[in-house]
Parts: sequence; structure tokens; C-alpha cells
Amino acid sequence: MIGLLVGVPLLGAAVLLCGGRRLDRSGHWLGTLLAAASFAIGAVLFFSMLGEDAEHRAMHSKLFSWVPVEGFQADVAFQLDQLSMTFVLLITGVGTLIHLYSVGYMEHDPGRRRFFGYLNLFLAAMLLLVLADNYLLLYVGWEGVGLASYLLIGFWQHKPTAATAAKKAFLVNRVGDAGLAIAIFLMFTTFGTFAFAPVLSSAGEASEGKLTAIGLMLLLAACGKSAQVPLQSWLGDAMEGPTPVSALIHAATMVTAGVYLITRSGAVFNGAPDAQLVVVVVGAVTLLFGALVGCAKDDIKKALAGSTMSQIGYMILAAGLGPIGYAFAIMHLVTHGFFKAGLFLGAGSVMHGMNDEVDMRRYGGLRKYMPVTFVTFGLGYLAIIGFPGLSGFFSKDQIIEAAFAKGGTEGWILGAVTLLGAAITAYYMTRVMLMTFFGEERWRKAATPSPDRPDVEPAAETRGEHAEPHPHESPKIMTIPMIVLAFGSVFAGGLFKAGESFVNWLEPVTAFEHGHSPVSAATVTTATVVALVIGVGAAWFQYGRKPVPAVAPRGNLLTRAARRDLLQDDFNHVVLVSGGTHLTRSLVYVDHKVVDGAVNGTAATFGGLSGRLRRLQNGFARSYAVSMFGGAAVLIAATLLMRAV
Amino acid sequence: MSFPLLTVTAALPAVGAVATAAVPAAKRTAAKWLALVFSLATLVLAAVVLVRFDPDGARYQLTESHAWISDFGVRYELGVDGIGAALMALTALLIPFVIGAGWHDADPDPSPSSSSRGDPNVRGSAAVDTSRWRPTQGFFALILAVEAMVLVSFAATDVFLFYIFFEAMLIPMYFLIGGFGDRAHAAGEEEGAKQRSYAAVKFLLYNLAGGLIMLAAVIGLFVVSSDSLGEGTFSLPELLRARADGELTMSTSTERLLFLGFFVAFAIKAPLWPLHTWLPNAMGEATAPIAVLITAVVDKVGTFAMLRFCLGLFPNASEWATPVVLGLALVSVLYGALLAVGQRDIKRLVAYASISHFGFIILGIFAMTSQGQGGATLYMVFHGISTAALMLVAGFLISRRGSRLIADYGGVQKVAPVLAGTFLVGGLATLSLPGLAPFVSEFLVLVGTYSRYPVVGIIATAGIILAALYVLVLYQRTMTGPVRKPEIERMPDLKVRELAVVAPLVALLVLLGVFPKPLSEIVNPAVEHTLSDVQKKDPKPQHPVADHADPSAWFDYKPAGHGGGDHE
Amino acid sequence: MSPINYVYLAALLFTIGAAGVLIRRNAIVVFMCIELMLNAANLTLVAFSRMHGNLDGQIMAFFVMVVAAAEVVVGLAIIVMLYRARHSASVDDASLMKL
Repeated sequence: MIGLLVGVPLLGAAVLLCGGRRLDRSGHWLGTLLAAASFAIGAVLFFSMLGEDAEHRAMHSKLFSWVPVEGFQADVAFQLDQLSMTFVLLITGVGTLIHLYSVGYMEHDPGRRRFFGYLNLFLAAMLLLVLADNYLLLYVGWEGVGLASYLLIGFWQHKPTAATAAKKAFLVNRVGDAGLAIAIFLMFTTFGTFAFAPVLSSAGEASEGKLTAIGLMLLLAACGKSAQVPLQSWLGDAMEGPTPVSALIHAATMVTAGVYLITRSGAVFNGAPDAQLVVVVVGAVTLLFGALVGCAKDDIKKALAGSTMSQIGYMILAAGLGPIGYAFAIMHLVTHGFFKAGLFLGAGSVMHGMNDEVDMRRYGGLRKYMPVTFVTFGLGYLAIIGFPGLSGFFSKDQIIEAAFAKGGTEGWILGAVTLLGAAITAYYMTRVMLMTFFGEERWRKAATPSPDRPDVEPAAETRGEHAEPHPHESPKIMTIPMIVLAFGSVFAGGLFKAGESFVNWLEPVTAFEHGHSPVSAATVTTATVVALVIGVGAAWFQYGRKPVPAVAPRGNLLTRAARRDLLQDDFNHVVLVSGGTHLTRSLVYVDHKVVDGAVNGTAATFGGLSGRLRRLQNGFARSYAVSMFGGAAVLIAATLLMRAV
Repeated sequence: MSFPLLTVTAALPAVGAVATAAVPAAKRTAAKWLALVFSLATLVLAAVVLVRFDPDGARYQLTESHAWISDFGVRYELGVDGIGAALMALTALLIPFVIGAGWHDADPDPSPSSSSRGDPNVRGSAAVDTSRWRPTQGFFALILAVEAMVLVSFAATDVFLFYIFFEAMLIPMYFLIGGFGDRAHAAGEEEGAKQRSYAAVKFLLYNLAGGLIMLAAVIGLFVVSSDSLGEGTFSLPELLRARADGELTMSTSTERLLFLGFFVAFAIKAPLWPLHTWLPNAMGEATAPIAVLITAVVDKVGTFAMLRFCLGLFPNASEWATPVVLGLALVSVLYGALLAVGQRDIKRLVAYASISHFGFIILGIFAMTSQGQGGATLYMVFHGISTAALMLVAGFLISRRGSRLIADYGGVQKVAPVLAGTFLVGGLATLSLPGLAPFVSEFLVLVGTYSRYPVVGIIATAGIILAALYVLVLYQRTMTGPVRKPEIERMPDLKVRELAVVAPLVALLVLLGVFPKPLSEIVNPAVEHTLSDVQKKDPKPQHPVADHADPSAWFDYKPAGHGGGDHE
Repeated sequence: MSPINYVYLAALLFTIGAAGVLIRRNAIVVFMCIELMLNAANLTLVAFSRMHGNLDGQIMAFFVMVVAAAEVVVGLAIIVMLYRARHSASVDDASLMKL
């Protein structure tokens, strides 16, 4: 049954990718159907799980022995507990909605069958990731989602930017994957196994140094997958992929895999306070980093990508807090899955109606033309900024509270950072909202792309349309998933919070402790709301009160840096790309001249030597005769001499 | 006397080679089919070997032994352990694909203007006289001859017999590299022929030099054995037994010298940095199927022999050399990968990638752990399949455009999606994506290396990042982007023959990636034998988890960290 | 007369022959000088045979004569062919086998 959960979408991927053109007309429905089937299986399992009492809800099924080598046993086996279940429902649920949305969004794309094949592949890999019962199988899912992400970011391969972005995403992820691999090596040498249960249950026996090393390596992996500093640079570029992909993979599910990994490995981190501290720091830094980037981007998807980074920073931070934070990390992850997927789908809907324009400076006043999109996007917006009563409010508030509860100076710093993050979140999301749906209709006068901003132009090119856009509401098949997600954004948080149901649900897996915050919960909530108001106010002051210029002003130093993703790519370029290029070039030279040169040199030496010797063979019979006589004479003389002695 | 299965398996392609060569010049197609049939029949026999092989049985099975040169104790001795059986199967498996992929590689050129195509010998006689010269027959006969020799090498348990075939396979390889090049050469016809012959001579001399050193060591081994045992022998089982019983003793320096003699030859063949430079030339100039033959089949003899002869016969010297060998292997891994990134030629890129992979294999062998060596053996097999997939598709690509330069491509995905897709799968296998076969072996090698030499293991892990870099850069530059060149616009997708070659390879990669167990079960006992030869035991984990053998017990665990205590 | 004098004569003849081979260019003359050397060797064989009272040397001399005759046949044929082809009988002109 659990295997079926992975198998169904995998089958879909295989059929769609190998099926050929025959499936071009029906393939997307097949893909959607299989995603839905997988969701149905997940739901059935969920309800059967609810029937058990809390301690016995976990299920386990071993399919076969995968890599059996002396002392190294890896199985293909699945483990479905409350934590996995949460992910399964999120992945298949949001996944199905996005499949549905894509039916509309990708309607005119010639590669639609391939697209749905990749989407199914992604679902299978992501489910494998969360269902695996050991780290090696998790690694398979981990790289599998990386592959799916690579394929989907680069879906429009004919665009060089998309191909580059895809490659970059895969490479940066590979760095993280190397971390996961090393973590597995460490587990293997420490525990002799890397299955979850034995490793986690005996984590306490290992030395703290070992656990710290494992924890840091797991964190590296999480950083790669979840776009955390310092491996964050790929997420912004990943927006080159079709928008449903950004919604599913780069907002709702795949990028949160890092949070899953850290939560799953909670036992390791609990024994390694140093590693936890690094986790918290990474989370806090990324939280601010992403938020700042989100403030400066004019590309709607990139602004949302910055926001994703920042929100995952929240989750990582919460996961780094230990048992007081795991459940909240996952809770925020789920609510974020709803509202961020909804926001991305909304963005996709806007782009759909605007000839794939992504520059928000060429939007404006769209609420009249796209009422459904406006409402659903607006609800997602309210949820993400943490408007009281909506999903984001509950989950984010809990994290902020837990951050204060960390205790000591750290607690105060973390609390302040999370509050600051909340304010910035409110600011950039309000900015997106205002620039897109309010204000004057800037797209009317900006039909042609401005030549001085070539970086935002290519999107329009992909479908070869340059005419002035005629904003219109998207078809039903696209709006329905948005509406469903909007419901989730509104109610999920309250549902989870009611009676602490979510925390109780996860408690058997992740453990839970009540943090003891130095400030009261009410104070935190008040502070959060104040931060929210400040953020929204600032954004309104800047973007709502006066018209937004269609060409971005130069901005101050920070804005310009943030526009360039706080110079992350410049750093990468200078340090890694050009350094690497020089290294490989010089190595190619060395290989040719030195290593191969030595070989050819040896050959040339012998060649030269024999060239000299060849001169003796001058072709004159008489000179040969002389050497013969000479040789004979020498031999005779030598023989006589020997005799004499 | 039981049926000499191994001899027949190895003899069949030899007979096939003679038969193919004897086909009249006009019947080229018949020669191709004949070669294919023989290679498939060999595959069947190799499969029988694999099935008949009993993992729990004796170390060497299906043995045959006949006196050959009795004065020097040389015997015709064959026998396979799990490693040999797996590699024989790999060889027999790949040859039909090589033949299928090279179906048209040796056809005489229809245009008389450039006649030096098939073979340098034809040069000058403008109208190729097909009645006299038969390049097609020769091409396929040589491939089968190589197969026969490689099969004997994998099965030989007599050191001298092994040596003979180890060296003899250079001869057909020399003609295959030097005689048959790509349809179009970037540097023009004349220059192409020149570079081809350069590559062939370099290949031959390099490997001959290694073989010469090995010959000295082989003779040395005979002398040592006749000193110790009274009667010299080349028989591996006999030598191993004597070694284990303490009858065969050699001084430390003798052992080291003999080890080096063998090792250098194998390191050249493998190839290990810095003895690798012949490989990019040979693989670059040869046609893609021959490049596969070199890297996926012939080179495996080198790593195989390290495992079988170097470790088995000279355990102490192997241990003595381990730090240096590991260092060189590590350099190979990173250096090969970095150079692959810097290549502008598709085939040379694959060649450098192979150097990186051979580094992994040697790393696994000399890590002296069961994961490392088991992984290394699987790596040999899986690398053969994955490189074949990547290289053969690259060959199809090159044959369409007539250029090996990466810069001449771009946007192929748009016009030939199946070609691009299979190329990507081959590339992903090369970068060891989980789910495809090479991942299993690479991970085992890394785990095995890490558990004994953590630093080496971690540095080698950087190789997997670089692998992603060169594969994806290659894919991006050739397959993605807009179609800018008219030659690419007209590029046809894979034909049925080409698909028939690639699809089974891809299927095998997936199948073995998901379910490598049958193969690893055959290999494991052989690895344990090798480890006991070198008297090594796997390092034990520091905090072994006692009861993970019981699957039901472990999952009722309580989340650790209850009650905290580890944090303030 | 002591047989040793024949040996001296043989040495003298051999020296003349050797010098002829080394100095002369004409292939015919060189050839004749080679014959001279062969016969010098024959002379020593016969002389030593006589000195030691052993017939082996004389038998050996017959062998040498037969071989020399055969050699003359082949060698002269080659020289004639060479002369026809190159219009010269100089050994220095025949350097075709040089690398």
C-alpha cells in the first residue's frame, strides 16, 4: 500500500515519458488522474492511521533488499508515520491541485506530455523522500526531486537562461547532496547502519562530536535543497521554470525537504547543541536575506522566491530550536505550502493574462480584470503576512514565540530577528499586492519592453507575443485550484491550532516540549501584529500613496545589492566560476604540456637517439665492411688478450 | 571431464572472428550479421556461466587445467570467481551493442574523393577496390578477436596465460584505433589520419611498455616460486595456497618490486593518473563503439587484474603501496573530472570522465574494505554500461553532424528529443544519479573508502559534484538552447537500429540501479576471499546498533531527545 | 718447405682481399676480392689440415668452395641486374636499402 503511493506517480512518469506522441492528447489527464489516485491512497492511509492510537500509528513495509554488501545493508523499505503522513497529504494534495492547474496553464505548450511526465516523476521522488525508512533511500528521493526540479526548471530548454538556471540548481543541490552523502558515511561508521530507527534511537550513545559532524552535514544538505544561505543562489533563477513548477516544487514541497530532513533527524540534533546553533543561525540569516531580496525584486516570481527563502528560513530556525520548535516548523511548512502555492498560482494566473509579463512595474490595477485571482491572491497575501486569524498568523506566531523561548541572549536575538522578518514580510508582500492589483494600469503604456532592462524581457519572447496585453481572468481549471488553496490558507492554521491538534499529531515522532518564553504569548502576538502594521504601512507609504514608476529607480546601495540577490551570484562568479574556469584551463594546459609532455618527451628522446644512430646506416657497403672488419678485429684481439691473461 | 564452458565461451568469438574475416568482400552485410550472431551466442554462453556460477561454492569455479609448456610450469588454466564471472558477462553483454552501434562505421566510403577513410592502407588507390580490401569484415572480426582475448583474460588463473592475452589484445585494438576513424574529422582528412595513427601508436607503445615491465615481474614471480616451492608455477590458485600456507615466501624488497611490475602495467591499462594520457587520444580518435570497447571492456582488465593479481599475490606490498595508490586514485578522480570540464571535444570529455571513474574504482580496490571492493567490482560493470550508453549516443550525435566539438552543437533537444533524452540518461548515469546503476557502486566505493580513510573519502566526494558539472555543462551546450545551425535543424532523431542499441542499455541501468542484488551476491564472496588474501577486516562501527537485523523490533522506537537534558 | 709458409701466404692473400673490399668501388673487383679472401681461408684450412694430419680441414675447404661457387652465381646475377638498372657497377651507388 505504501509502495503504491510512490509507484502510482512513478508509473505515470514512465508511461508519459516513454509513451511517445500517442499520449500527447490524453497524457495530461493521465498524469492528473494518477496524482489524484496517489492522493486518494494517501487519504485512505491517513484515515486508517487516525483509527489507531497515537503510539501505534507508524506503518512500515519492506519491499526488497536493495544493496546488500557485507556489513552494509540498504533496503527499499518505507516508513509511514505522522510526520511522513503530513508530507504525503501536502505533496499529493497540492500536487494534484497543481496538476489540475497545469492542464489549463500548459494548454498550448507542445511539450505538455513531457511536462506532466516530469511532474509525476517529481511526485514519486518526493514521496520516496518522505517515505524512505533509511537515509540512503531518502538520498535517492533527495536527488530524484533534484532531477525533477532540474528537468522542470529547464523545461523550456530552448531558452538559454532556463537551461543555465536548471544546471545551476542541480549543481548547487549537488553540493548539498555531497553533504548528505558524507552524513551517511558518518552514520555508517558510527552506527554501522543508516536506517532511521536504529540510528535515531541510539543517537544518544554516540559522542557529541560525531553528532555535531553528522548534524552539520545534514544541515549542508538541507541548505542545498531548501535554498538556505550559503547555498541559496539557485532558487531565484529556478523561477525560469513554468509557474506551476515554481508553485509545487520551489514553494510548497521540494524546497521544504530540508526542514523535513532536520526534523526527521531531530534525535541527532538534540544531541548536538553546536549543530543546532548553526541551524538556527542559518535559518535566521536566510530569513532576513530572503526577505531583503524579496523587497527589491520587480519580477513577481522572484519576489515570491525571495519570500519562499525567507519563510523556509523561519522553518529551519524553528527546527533548529529542538523539540520546542519541530512541530511548529512542520506546521508553518504546511500552511506555507498552501498560501505560497496559492500565491504562485495567482502569479501564474496574472502572467497568463498578461502575455507572460513578469515585471510588476508593468502590472497595476489588475483587480478589476481578474477578480478571482485577486481574491485568492489576496487571501494568500493576508495569510503570509500573518493577518490575525489566518493560517500564517498561527504558524508564524508560534515560531516567534518559540524563538523567544530559546532562552538567554540567543532567545532575544532570535525573537527580534523573527519579528523583524515578519515586518519585512508584510512590507514586501504588500508591495507585490499593491504593484500588481492596485494603482494605475501601467501595462497600457509599456507594451514594448524597455531596452534598458533586458533582464526582464525574455519571458514575453517565449510565446512570441509582443502586443499590448489584454488582462483577462484565467479559465476555471486554473481558478479552482487557486480557490481550494485559498481555503487552505485561510483555515488550515486555525484548524491546526485548535486544541493543539497538529502538535499532538506530530508529538509521537518529533517529540514536543513547551518552550518557556521570557515574554508572555500575548505580548508576542501583539508585537507580531505591530510589526505587521509597520510593514504594511511602510509599503503603502511607498507604493500605495503615489504611482509606481514603470522603470525602476536607481535606488540606494542596499536596494541595488538586493536586486542582484545581495551579490550572491557575483560572489559565486568571482570565487567559483572564474576560479574554476582558470583552474580547469590551466589543468588542461598542464595535462597537455606536462603530463602528456613527459610521455611525448620520452618518445621524442628515443626518437632523437635512434635518429642519430640511423646516421651510421649510410648505405655504403664499404663502410659496413669496415665496421665488420673492425668488429672482427676487436673480437679477435679481445679473445687473444683473454687467452694471454 | 566436464564440459569446458569457459574455453568454449572464449573460443566462440575467436571462431566468429575467423568466420567474419573469411566472408567474401561483396557480402558486407552478411559479415555484420554473422558477427552479431556470434556475439549474441557468446552472450548466451556468458549468461550460462553467470547462472552456473554458485556464489556459495568454491572460490574458482568452472575450472579447466591442461599442461601447456610444462618446462616452465605454464598451464592452460581457466576458472572464474564472482568478479571474473561478472566481468565476463559485462564483456559479452557490451559487444553486441558495440557491433550494433558500429554497424555502418566500417562501410567503404561511397565517395571516391576521400578514399583514405576505412584504413590508411587504402590511401592512394582512388577507386577503392572493394574486391580486394575488406574493411568491414576486418572491423567486425577485430572486435570479436578483442572480445575473445578479454574473455580469456578474465578467466585465466594462470599468470602467464593471463599475460599472453593481456598483451595480445593490444594488436587488434591497435588496428581498430588506427584503422577506423570518424566519418569526418574536424582537422581534415589528412590530419585526421595522422592523429589517428598517432593515437594508435601511443596506445600501443604505452601499453607495451607496461607489458614489458610486467613480463619481467612475471618471470620474477616464476623464479621466486621455483626457489620457494622447488618447482616453478604460474598457477594462481597454487600460488595463493602456497602463500597462505607460508610455503611461498619472498623478501620484502622482492615482493615490492614484483608488485610494482604488475601494478604499473595495470595502472597504465586502467588508466591511473599520471599514466592516463593515452586514453583521451585513443578514445578521441577512435569511433564511438571502439571507444566504448576501450574504456568499458579492455580497460577493465587492468582494474580486474589489480584486484586479482596485485592484492592476491602481494598482500604486504599492496599494503605498503596503499597510501600512494590512494593518493594517485584521488588525483585521478578530481583531475579527470576537472579536465573533463575543460574539454571542448565530446569524446575526449567522456574519456576524462572515465579517468575520473577509474580513479573511483582503484580507490575502492585499495580501500581494502568489503564495501569498497564490492563497490569497485560493481563499478566496473556499471561504468561499462553507463559509459557505453553515453558514448554510443554521443557517437550517434557525432555521426549526424560530423563534428566532435561541443561548440558545433546546441538545441538538439528541440529537433531530436529521443536522442537528447537517452543522452541525458547516459549522462545522469555518469554522474551517478540515485536510481541508476552507477550510484550504487559509487556510493559503496565512497562508504568503503570513508570507513577506513575518512579524509580520502570526503575529498573523493567532491568528485560527485564535479561529475554533475561536466555532465550538465555538456548537456546544456549540446542539447539545450535555440537551434542556430542549419545542420542541426535537419538532424534526424534516433533510428530504429540506434534505439535498439540504446534502449536495452538504459533499461539495464535502471534495472541494476533498483535491483543490483543478484550481481552483488555473486561478487560479494569473491571480495571476501580477496580481503582474506590481504588479511584485512572491515573497520567496525564505533557504536554498532545491535538489533537492526530484526526489522520488527526497531521501529517501535521512542523519539530520542525526550526529557532533553542535552540543552540548557 | 714448412707448411707454415702457406699460412703466411694465406694471411697475405686475405689482407689483399680485405683491402680490396674496403678500398675498391667496382662491384666486380670487390667480388673478386671476396673470392680472394675465401680462398685465403681455404688455404689456411688445407695448410692446418696438413700440419695436424687431420682431413677435416680439407673437407671443410670443399664446402667453402661449393658455397663460394653458389655465392658467385647469385652475386654476379645481382651485380649484372644492378648494372642494367643503374648503368653502374659501383657499390657506393647501390644504397637503396638505406633508411
